[in-house]
Amino acid sequence: MQRIGVFVCWCGSNIASTVDVERVSEALKNEQGVVFSTNYQYMCSQAGQDLIKSAVKEHRLTGIVVCSCSPRMHEATFRKAARSAGINPYMVEIANIREQCSWVHKDIITGTEKAIILGKAAIAKVNLNAPLIPGESPVTKRALVIGGGIAGIQTALDIAEAGFLVDIVEKKPTIGGKMAQLDKTFPTLDCSACILTPKMVDVAQHEKIRIFSYSEVSSVKGFVGNFDVTIKKKARFVNENICTGCGACVEKCPQKKIPNEFNLGMDNRSAIYIPFAQAVPKVATIDPNACNMLKNGKCGLCARVCTAGAIDYTQKDEYIEEKYGAIVVATGFNPISMEKFDEYAYSQSRDVITSLEFERLTNAAGPTGGKLLRPSDNKHPHTIVFVQCVGSRCSVDSEKGKEYCSKICCMYTAKHAMLVRDKYPDTEVYVFYIDVRTPGKAFDEFYRRAVEEYGVHYIKGMVGKVVPEGEKLKVQASDLIENKQLHIDADLVVLAAAIEPDKSARGLATMLTASMDTNDFFTEAHPKLRPVESPTAGVFLSGTCQGPKDIPETVSQAGAAASKVIALLNKDKLLGNPCVAHSNEEICNGCSQCERVCPYGAISYINKEFKMPDRSIKTRRIAVVNPAICQGCGACTVTCPSGAMDLKGFTSKQIMAEVDAICR
Amino acid sequence: MKLSYFPGCTLKNKAKSLDIYARKSSELFGITLEEIDNWQCCGGVYSTAKNDVATKLASVRALKQAYEKGQALVTVCSACHNVIKQTNHLMKNDTAIAKKIDRYINDGSMYTGQAQVYHYLEMLRDIVGFDEIRKKVVNPLNGKKIGAYYGCLLLRPSSVMQMDNPENPTIMEELISALGGQSIIYANRNECCGGYIAMESGELARKKSNQVIENAKKAGAEMIITACPLCRYNLIKNGSDIPVVYFTELLAQALGIKGDTNE
Repeated sequence: MQRIGVFVCWCGSNIASTVDVERVSEALKNEQGVVFSTNYQYMCSQAGQDLIKSAVKEHRLTGIVVCSCSPRMHEATFRKAARSAGINPYMVEIANIREQCSWVHKDIITGTEKAIILGKAAIAKVNLNAPLIPGESPVTKRALVIGGGIAGIQTALDIAEAGFLVDIVEKKPTIGGKMAQLDKTFPTLDCSACILTPKMVDVAQHEKIRIFSYSEVSSVKGFVGNFDVTIKKKARFVNENICTGCGACVEKCPQKKIPNEFNLGMDNRSAIYIPFAQAVPKVATIDPNACNMLKNGKCGLCARVCTAGAIDYTQKDEYIEEKYGAIVVATGFNPISMEKFDEYAYSQSRDVITSLEFERLTNAAGPTGGKLLRPSDNKHPHTIVFVQCVGSRCSVDSEKGKEYCSKICCMYTAKHAMLVRDKYPDTEVYVFYIDVRTPGKAFDEFYRRAVEEYGVHYIKGMVGKVVPEGEKLKVQASDLIENKQLHIDADLVVLAAAIEPDKSARGLATMLTASMDTNDFFTEAHPKLRPVESPTAGVFLSGTCQGPKDIPETVSQAGAAASKVIALLNKDKLLGNPCVAHSNEEICNGCSQCERVCPYGAISYINKEFKMPDRSIKTRRIAVVNPAICQGCGACTVTCPSGAMDLKGFTSKQIMAEVDAICR
Repeated sequence: MKLSYFPGCTLKNKAKSLDIYARKSSELFGITLEEIDNWQCCGGVYSTAKNDVATKLASVRALKQAYEKGQALVTVCSACHNVIKQTNHLMKNDTAIAKKIDRYINDGSMYTGQAQVYHYLEMLRDIVGFDEIRKKVVNPLNGKKIGAYYGCLLLRPSSVMQMDNPENPTIMEELISALGGQSIIYANRNECCGGYIAMESGELARKKSNQVIENAKKAGAEMIITACPLCRYNLIKNGSDIPVVYFTELLAQALGIKGDTNE
């Protein structure tokens, strides 16, 4: 028989204004097993916790029910209080009377009634609770960073500096990510490559960091502290350890008409290529879809000119297995496709470009050597129209773009406009916007400089149509402040395309069992208080995979993610979750259905000998759960046809008792 | 194969050739278009006003008749198609309006948007198939440069019409190339011709139509095809100096049912 204490929290007025807490604690007094019931203004405060602790001693409590906020918020707090009072933490149950009650009801009568019912359900459960003891597991002292952009680079450097081993997996032939493609950075206008490439070199030279470039994560198993990861190292047909990056092969390669991804297809590269001069690792990669030797065995020129003998046409994809204690996702973003925005004539005219393409056009290492020339005829554009929010801030039912603000476009467009006016004062620059959003250090000053000092024409309103006619792009737009239609004959139109998470993120989230929002951005464990952790233990978030951000924000978040990883890797052992599945071997008939639904691969089968009533011995196949891998999701318990599977802390009996209490 | 067919008022007088060649051509592909009994004017675009019930009755009666015959309903005029397809969508998704209309019609069975509506172009693409059309061409267009003109009603609202990408459509371009012509892509092909504004402000309609014509010509078009009688009217009225014809005329010409359409 349990001796249960009930503690009803007011949460200031959060609960107390829609739930009569006095009545709740009074009503729960007479429930089975309850020996003490009270209410208090802030149960989570030190005084509130002390109240619980002293009640445990005074009334010799064996179980605790706290009627308060969501268990996500303070279950850990109250479990800790219980432990210090000498009760097993798993004898604590939370009845959520805030998020699921006081916050959603307006009327104190229904609110109170519901709070009482929720309290009764929790009491019914505690009556059947049993003490649980978590197991311990070791921590592998190595971190995996997925994505080698500025987010991944910064996270890796910070973790490595703390003395832990880090591997970076990057799907492209080089690390560097989007930042390597940018020209200047706002609001200070320092050169992107100049601040990024030294960090890339630091990564390459750090003794604690390994780079797996041109590689992808192909499977993840295990759990926090003990991830088993398979990395697919794609065949680049060049021996990375021998290649010196001299570039002789690139020069000699006869296949030179391949659209260059690094310059967004605005110029060409050869079939064997090094993405850019500062690539890390600086080794060549053969594009198997373009190489004549790999396609039909005719050529082999690169192998002949390579003095190091690094070319290997027989190279195969390689799978590497490694253990990690923590995983950081830094998969980054891409601009959205412009195919649904053909009112801007992106597919009809080469002179309608995206902002990222504009970055390459103004970059000294870009296809035009930094000269701003129109892609169609290499002439200087004299009128440029920038269109902001292309695909950002779309209405819910538009089916075209994203609902969210991409956050970086206002600033980079101001930067583009300013740089054009600075370099080419004879060029007229128009920027069409819905709002100009510049909340950041020195951001608004920067935007105002573009308007006031550089004379960029900022027009509130959107472009409705771009019509290529002859050499001109006829831009039809509205000016909402002047309330008139505008017609501008432009030479170049630049679209600030919305950004979206990299396509690889979804598959990765499934592998990591990490959750995503409706836009495929990774969800953080708490939007305010745990912004760099995923709800999946041991998985951390760095950079734009979690939401749109600029470089300074990305770098800060990358550092924050690293500090969380360091805190985790510093531990020698981790306490597991004791609320795991358990199979009753007397009932289990080894049908394998639980194994099929288990998302973590925690269930296996053994043959066990059983003594029968007639003293004979019979061998039966039964399910066994590995408590270190099981995450307690409960999928197996509802699947098991014989009812042999049960979840500790959430047994079928406990759940039914709760349901009974609610229906009583 | 038999399909229900809603021609629409204009196709019985001003736009006869849109109607006649649609029927004749479909026969060649083994499709008979059965005209809805006692069909009434779809009401033009005015019936798409949200709360109006009476103006939707014509569309619902046609849709209902097709559904009860177990046939899909084919339309060819852009405006009729827009009205009928939008009404069908409304019947499917707005029970309140469907009930109201049911009380008007009062024939014992409520219509809730079950019929399938095809624009003639969709019928060509999805039921006949452009490859099949290509095989039946006897007078190929010999690379004639033709600009497809969609106007605004044929593709929008795209979530309801679901025919093609409203900003970068391909359906008429594919038809043109199936008939042996060369399709000319120009930016204003999905812009408004001026529509009914022609009645209030001829000047504005002229401006809109001229933008379309000029843009098509600059892109190299020698002819414009359309599915909309009003678009054709506006473009011709406002002085197009290249022929503007219905796509069905071009189809019939390539299939050998009609003489040269360079009228």
